[in-house]
Amino acid sequence: MDWKKEWKPLAWIVGGFVLCYYLPVDWLRGLERLQNAVWESLYLVRWYAREHVLLCLVPAFFIAGAVGVFVSQASVMKYLGARANKVLAYGVASVSGAILAVCSCTILPLFAGIYRMGAGLGPACAFLYSGPAINILAVILTARILGPELGIARAIGAVLFSIIIGLCMHLLFRHEELEKNPANMAMPEPEVTRPLWQNAVYFAAMVGILVFANWGRPSSETGLWHSIYASKWMITAGFAALLGLILVRWFQLRWWKIALAALPVALLALAFPETPGIAFVVGILELSFILQTEGEEMREWFDVSWGFAKQILPLLLIGVVIAGALLGQPGSEGLIPSEWVARSVGGNSLSANLFASVAGAFMYFATLTEVPILEGLLGSGMGKGPALALLLAGPALSLPNMLVIRSVMGTKKTLAFVTLVVIMATASGLIFGTFWG
Amino acid sequence: MKKIQILGSGCKKCQTLYEQAQAVADALGIEYEMVKVTDIKEITAFGVMMTPALAVDGEVKVSGKIPKPDELKKYLS
Repeated sequence: MDWKKEWKPLAWIVGGFVLCYYLPVDWLRGLERLQNAVWESLYLVRWYAREHVLLCLVPAFFIAGAVGVFVSQASVMKYLGARANKVLAYGVASVSGAILAVCSCTILPLFAGIYRMGAGLGPACAFLYSGPAINILAVILTARILGPELGIARAIGAVLFSIIIGLCMHLLFRHEELEKNPANMAMPEPEVTRPLWQNAVYFAAMVGILVFANWGRPSSETGLWHSIYASKWMITAGFAALLGLILVRWFQLRWWKIALAALPVALLALAFPETPGIAFVVGILELSFILQTEGEEMREWFDVSWGFAKQILPLLLIGVVIAGALLGQPGSEGLIPSEWVARSVGGNSLSANLFASVAGAFMYFATLTEVPILEGLLGSGMGKGPALALLLAGPALSLPNMLVIRSVMGTKKTLAFVTLVVIMATASGLIFGTFWG
Repeated sequence: MKKIQILGSGCKKCQTLYEQAQAVADALGIEYEMVKVTDIKEITAFGVMMTPALAVDGEVKVSGKIPKPDELKKYLS
């Protein structure tokens, strides 16, 4: 036996055996908290499935897919190139995550590229900080589950502070001459197939569907919000019709296919006005089917959307199960006592915000799982300020990605970046918690 | 002997590109060596920022997307 190679599995097996041998089954069985945690996590999963998947996540995947296919990423990257205007580069870097960073695995190569071949350290750091926070799925999910204030605060906080962090990094290391990278940026040629305003209207139609289908019941029975709520399905149908029209006019879908698809949706909506979900699901299925059969561009749109769904849904589900088991549904307890949460990150003190930032900076969150975890923490008594701090520091940094960043820009700059992220996230949390907490 | 390099930090799309390129190269019957480049420094050394990317004999052919099978065929033959 080769001990050098085999000691690891041996250690695992011995460890596993010892654990099983002394497993305190009787004690665990008597633990009410443990049983509770199982039910809590099941309730939470059901709640997600009922409330968030159909009306929110499914349209969001279509939007994210459309961003991936129809927004020319190359046309954005030219503002982050080596000869780019420096001031403009910061602005573009801070917001371009919204369309460049739909998948978290693309952020690090883009960051490395901007740093070594493009606009340099400052814009690269700005991009790295804001990217994960403002990508389209993150914004939609945060606003939907954690509430619009936190959703908006997350996006605005990420953009503003990313510029500050970028500038600080630039000033701190302004004397360092970067080894010139011999490679030129290899950028795909931007393919322009339709004017920008047509794309804008197309995205507006989809965002309209998403927003109005999810319009929440307002607390009062009168006023503008209530009248929008009362007719939300009419408005949603209007946006859906607009989307259909756009697809026929600008995306060369055959009109009779759209008409044929719209008919059953309309009939179902009239037949079951109490459960509009039926018409919604049928509409989505028909759209998916049509996209498969109508040309390269449309198939690609569907494929990319499906790719996101396939990648993100399982992670999110696991995240929800874990969050439910550890923290319970809002208002009840899981494995971790709410008291602990409230003590360490409750209220809006400096220490609570700092703790949330540091924990977020080192913890690894799989794509978007920060949202259910935060929901659990908020339900267990976390303050809104620390929640924002964690939302800002969390997805931007984790121990594994710090190692990659270090390999790109060295230990000193990485330490500076991590410190800046923690400071800025803490500051954003404090400010948000003071005014909206 | 062609050197085919798939550039990407190991996400789903890079894996797909790897498999597709392999299938196309096999179908073409060319002699090739296929490598995954996952180190981010090496990827940037190619000038690539948007993964997945495909390089043939050291020259970047596609970046930022998975090319269609007939495009792949063109690059690999």
